[in-house]
Amino acid sequence: MCATCGCGPSSHDHQDHEHGHDHSHQNGKGKKVIDVEQDILHENNLLAERNRGFFEGRNILAINLVSSPGSGKTSLLERTLTDLKGELEFAVIEGDQQTANDADRIHATGTKVTQINTGKGCHLDAHMVLHAVQGMKLKADSVLFIENVGNLVCPAMFDLGEKERAVVISVTEGEDKPLKYPDMFHSSTLCIINKTDLLPYVKFDVEKAKEYARKVNPSLEIIELSCTSGEGMQLWYDWLKSKVLTPA
Amino acid sequence: MHELSIAMSIVDLAAEQAAKHEALEIEEIELDIGCLSGVEMDSFDFAWRQAVKRTILENAIRKVNRIEGKAHCLECGCNFDMHHLYDSCPDCNSHFSEILSGKELKVRSLVLPD
Repeated sequence: MCATCGCGPSSHDHQDHEHGHDHSHQNGKGKKVIDVEQDILHENNLLAERNRGFFEGRNILAINLVSSPGSGKTSLLERTLTDLKGELEFAVIEGDQQTANDADRIHATGTKVTQINTGKGCHLDAHMVLHAVQGMKLKADSVLFIENVGNLVCPAMFDLGEKERAVVISVTEGEDKPLKYPDMFHSSTLCIINKTDLLPYVKFDVEKAKEYARKVNPSLEIIELSCTSGEGMQLWYDWLKSKVLTPA
Repeated sequence: MHELSIAMSIVDLAAEQAAKHEALEIEEIELDIGCLSGVEMDSFDFAWRQAVKRTILENAIRKVNRIEGKAHCLECGCNFDMHHLYDSCPDCNSHFSEILSGKELKVRSLVLPD
C-alpha cells in the first residue's frame, strides 16, 4: 500500500481524498437521485496539482514533452542534455508502452532517468508521474523533462502537474497537424518544429504550419530547429533558460 | 484511446458514490460531455461497453448531455458558437478567444434504487 496516495498493488482506491459534498433527493418515483456534479478527471487533476506543488516548492521546472511517435523528442533531449551539461541540472521521466530503450539513450548522456512503461496505456497520467518522482530524489533548482508516450491525441487531456507543455512536430509530418489534432496544440505552451535540416527534401510549408498552430492557440510560442544540424538549438536553450527561475 | 481511461474513471467515481449511499446498483447515470472536450463519442461508446462489464454500472441507463462549444472573443467581445478549437470570431476574425462552454467532462447525477 502506498503511503502517499493510498493506492495498493491490487486497488486504486483513493478513499483518503475528499471528493466534495453531494446532494440527494427523491425523484418522486421512489428512487434516489444523487447530484454528483464531479469532474471525471478530478482524481488526475488533484494528483497533478499535488505534483505541481512539489515542483514549485523545490523550484523544479517540469516540462511535458508531447508529440506523435518519431518526431524526435528523445533526440532533442539527448542533444539538449549533452549540450547543457554543467549549465543546468536535469532529470528525465521516459514514458513508453514498452521497452527501456529511450531511458537507455538518456542514461548514456549521464542524466538521471526513470522509465515508465504504460503497457497498453496510451498516455502518462499524474498518478504515474507521482510515483516516478517518489523514486527519483530530484534536486532543487533543476529541470525535469517528462517525455510522454508518442501520441498526439490522448496525452492532451491529462495534466501531469507540469509548468510547460511542449509539443514537437517534425517537417516529415503534414503541416496541418495542428488542425488535425487541435487539443494538443491548444493545451501546449511551446511548439517545436523539428528536423528543419530536411526542409529541402520534403513538402512542408513552415509558415502554414505556424499559421495553423496559431489558429488553434494564438499564444503558442514556436521554435524551429534541427537536433541533427544544431540549427535553431540556441533558441530552444534560450527559451529553456528563460523559464528556469533563479533561486532566491 | 483515452476514452477507456475516462470510462474507467466514471466507473470508479460511480462505485464510490454508490458505496457512500449503500446502493448495490445504479439505475441511471447522467454525464456532461462537451463537444470540445476531446472525447470521441464512437470510441467512448465502445470503451463504455467494455469498462462497465461486471461493475455497478453494467445495467445502468446512460444519459449524455452534449454541451455545445461557445467562446468569447477577447478582441471584440462578442460571444460565438465554436465548433472547432481553431474557429475564429465570426465578427472580427480573431483567434484570441476564451472558451465559455464545451470542455465539460463530468458526472452530473446518478439514480439509485430506493
